[in-house]
Amino acid sequence: MSDDNVTDSELQAYADGRLSGERARAVEAWLGARPDDAERIQSYRRLGEELRRAYDPVLDEPLPAWLGGVHAPRRRWHVVARVASWLFLGAAIGAVGGWYVRDSRMVSASRGDAATVMAYRAAIAHAVYSPEVRHPVEVGADQEAHLVAWLSKRLGTQLRAPKLDSIGYSLVGGRLLPGDSGPVADFMYQSDKGSRITLYVRSDMTGNRETAFRYAREGNVGVFYWIDNKVGYAISSADLTKDALFAVANAAYQQLNP
Amino acid sequence: MSEAERMVELMPRLRRYARALVGDRAAADDLVQDTLERAWAKLHLYRRGTDLRAWLFTVMHNVHVNKVRAARATDPLDDGMPELALRAPQGDALMVRDLDRSISRLPAEQRSVLLLVTLEDMSYEEVARTLGIPIGTVMSRLSRAREKLRAMMLGAPAPAKLKVVK
Repeated sequence: MSDDNVTDSELQAYADGRLSGERARAVEAWLGARPDDAERIQSYRRLGEELRRAYDPVLDEPLPAWLGGVHAPRRRWHVVARVASWLFLGAAIGAVGGWYVRDSRMVSASRGDAATVMAYRAAIAHAVYSPEVRHPVEVGADQEAHLVAWLSKRLGTQLRAPKLDSIGYSLVGGRLLPGDSGPVADFMYQSDKGSRITLYVRSDMTGNRETAFRYAREGNVGVFYWIDNKVGYAISSADLTKDALFAVANAAYQQLNP
Repeated sequence: MSEAERMVELMPRLRRYARALVGDRAAADDLVQDTLERAWAKLHLYRRGTDLRAWLFTVMHNVHVNKVRAARATDPLDDGMPELALRAPQGDALMVRDLDRSISRLPAEQRSVLLLVTLEDMSYEEVARTLGIPIGTVMSRLSRAREKLRAMMLGAPAPAKLKVVK
């Protein structure tokens, strides 16, 4: 048992409490004879404690309130991964006027391009149609089956109008809109207080990867949007907070992509 | 527990490390989000059963390095030993006593080793794997980081040669 060859690496390990047995005793003996080095090792330990004291509180920082209501289905792991990215959508710098920084950066990357364009168009459609009193939709909810069949045929994929009654929104109806490469479906819902949300659906998102839930604002319209299985969805509102809109988007999502 | 559920679990720790690494709260959360998106996109590269924490911190390390590289103005005097401070120090005082300022004055590669060891309590092997460096390099960077930090906290003047990249 020799303490002559105590290495700096062993001193570091000793400071971290990771040395044991014979080498730990050798280091202790070595330090016992060298008070300056012993003080140095002690200060390394203190610095570690100070770093933890300074940064551990980040672990307990509250998650965005709207995350509390998320039910993460276990069978689809990538849905939970979306939840993960939502955490930071919420924690990032609040609502910004204009496009959320991430998405404007994504415009130049192939991944986000079509999705952000879709969200923009959805916001415009919402702004155009939601104030309509007499003609908010083309086909009303009284003809829901026909509405869904018609839009499904035009988009070339089976659509459905999710049931949002449990969160206070009833279907007003829907319309067909021109997208940049084909028809788009737009469903409108209304709460009993008259607040309206629209669900914008486009079916030609080929070549686009599935995206996580994203959020953006265009003026006073907030949009949650995502792509799943070549279909793009966007939920828009001009009068809900991001948290509240998230609850709606999540409810719709659970039904559209079970 | 699925990978994504585990990722959600590890999120606060990624956040803590990012906060200490880059200093600024908004930039840190930006880094975490970029990391999660990249990890999710590259999840097919993660081998199930291997250390997910190490893999996530590796993703974060790579995302961070790429960001800095992209943001950095080319410096013709730079000849190969990149001793950059990867986050803007909070203050200009040469006598740095505040812990946050002190770690911002550490070279980036020393800072990341120190934080992974002290905050994440990673083993030296895990740090080596995460940062893609030999264990010997981990130990020497750890040692230098501690010495430098100790000198700063004791009030010794910071070294005259400091390259700060904003």
